[in-house]
Amino acid sequence: MELFQTILDILVSAAFWTAVLRIATPYILGTLGELLCERAGVLNLGIEGIMTLGAMAGWMAVYQGADLWTGVLVAALCGGLMGLLHATLTVPLGLSQHVAGIGVTLLGTSLSYFVYRLVLPQASTPPTVEPFQPLDLPGALAQTPMTYMALILVGVVAYVLYRTPVGLAVRMVGENPAAAEAQGLSVTAVRVGAVVAGSALMALAGAFLTLSAFNAFFFNMVNGRGWICIALVVFASWRPGKALLGAVLFAAFDALQLRLQQVAGGVLPYQLFLMMPYLLSILALVLVARRASYPRALMIPYRKGER
Amino acid sequence: MRLEPREHTPLAARLLAPVAAVAAALALCALLVAWTGAPVLRAYGLLLEGAAGSRFALTETLTRATPLILTGLAAAVAFRAKLWNIGAEGQLYMGALAAVVLGGGMLDLPAWLLLPTVMIAGAAAGGATLLGPAVLKVRFGVDEVVTTLLLNFIVLLLVSMLLEGALKDPMGMGWPQSAPVVEAAELPKLVERTRLHTGLLVALGLSALLWLIDTRTIWGYENRAVGANPRAAAFAGMPVTRVMLRTALLSGGLAGLAGVIEVCGLKGYLTLDLSPGFGYSGIVVAMLAQLHPVGVVGAAVFIAGIFVGADAMSRAMPVPNYIADVLVAASLLCMLVAGLLTRYRLRRG
Repeated sequence: MELFQTILDILVSAAFWTAVLRIATPYILGTLGELLCERAGVLNLGIEGIMTLGAMAGWMAVYQGADLWTGVLVAALCGGLMGLLHATLTVPLGLSQHVAGIGVTLLGTSLSYFVYRLVLPQASTPPTVEPFQPLDLPGALAQTPMTYMALILVGVVAYVLYRTPVGLAVRMVGENPAAAEAQGLSVTAVRVGAVVAGSALMALAGAFLTLSAFNAFFFNMVNGRGWICIALVVFASWRPGKALLGAVLFAAFDALQLRLQQVAGGVLPYQLFLMMPYLLSILALVLVARRASYPRALMIPYRKGER
Repeated sequence: MRLEPREHTPLAARLLAPVAAVAAALALCALLVAWTGAPVLRAYGLLLEGAAGSRFALTETLTRATPLILTGLAAAVAFRAKLWNIGAEGQLYMGALAAVVLGGGMLDLPAWLLLPTVMIAGAAAGGATLLGPAVLKVRFGVDEVVTTLLLNFIVLLLVSMLLEGALKDPMGMGWPQSAPVVEAAELPKLVERTRLHTGLLVALGLSALLWLIDTRTIWGYENRAVGANPRAAAFAGMPVTRVMLRTALLSGGLAGLAGVIEVCGLKGYLTLDLSPGFGYSGIVVAMLAQLHPVGVVGAAVFIAGIFVGADAMSRAMPVPNYIADVLVAASLLCMLVAGLLTRYRLRRG
């Protein structure tokens, strides 16, 4: 009963919901990006590395004197480039999306660490930049511009996917590439485009971490968020609106465990609370696995004229 | 340009592919090294010297290769059956946990009995860790890539919890580390006054054994058949589910054993930085070896050499040692392309 009361107290506080939206933002952006790739039929396991690279590149640009939005743009460009690499390997070359994605993650992560260490060889305490400030709005609406950008992007991606010819093409190459080809679409071009755009979104998720949530770049700062996004895409059954819902729900649990940790910290080891997001993701995957309707052509490379 | 399948791949092409891939990765990373302002050839020269330039360097490389052979084998057997085990890192830590629990004085056995017991227990712990995702895959259709990846984080938190709690060494000056394993659970050294230990022989033996299983037994045949085409294998009457679960136990077990051997052969106790990503590098090892159990040995020694050599090189030059990780990642991506070119040829039109 006492626990119930504690949870209730937490849930009605505005500070809690401010935290929820903040925690949700990288998940919203990452999930949207992965969703876009998978809708076109390409699993992008490069997400973890692309987020790390976005976090590093965006931060580094600002640290070198660029303004914050230029940093965001730099992150998106770097993400797009990594996406182009993943797309080249998996679409025209048709290589294993699993292994190529792991390779992109290893490359993105190691490149980020390499460049960071090269520019800042002896930084024991990470240098900081002036990050995005929350807007002057009441309660939980006091978020940074990047959170609002993420929310707007949910609408944009949903609109493009369901209301425009481009979106139709993306969904078609993910469901039935041969039919798309018969309609005169280039499966290769649409898939590559979707992966590049999706990867740019993933990099924005990373940039949010260094330019909005924190003000510095740390090693291991993405910490599995990319993998959680992949689980969230399945949970959201590949729909942008549900992705937003899933990310917020997930962030609510995460924020709750952070608060409970403060309340019950003395009794239970903090690691148990930190495990919860990962356990929750696995649980979510199990719950929806039975009725998950994957894009039909997900993970199946398409070569013209081959069946 | 289009890709046309080759009717058969000459052995020379299969052997040449990893060499070409590594050469391409070295060439690409030369750009990065040049960017740091360091002389490229001298940097690579120092890397080679640091990896294989002396007796000490060689033993260090082989010490580093030992767990990589095992995680490489773990990835190779799993990927062969198209079981995407990306969780070797977590399975390794589960094996290491078993090693410090059983080898830390709980069992009072002579060395000849204690060591095999600890190894089997560690392998079982690793295997059980992968069995979960494998069951979820065959039972509910949950993608094992994500579950094994997420389990890595869960296992690491579990280890952290135990190292600050039940397993914390009372003599450890407050550091989160376990008590050391007893002397009877230590693997003997292979070369005196170096860090190289007999775990290397275990890894080499397992590589040979897996090659024999792969080529000479029904088990190996079933594994390959299920990997190549599960539906055809099921149609031919093969127990696809059982093969999957068997592969999971084997793959996780190999990764768990890597953890045991790191603890009992090298570190002596468990800390949170036992593995600098051996689980993930194992994937690269397996791919460079084209999933061949014997090839894994060569690939593991190569990757280990890169890491050991880059450490030495970055001490002498302003090149961050993360260049090793970049080289390894680039090798993996180049290997994918090289492997493709052994199976397909490029044709105009």
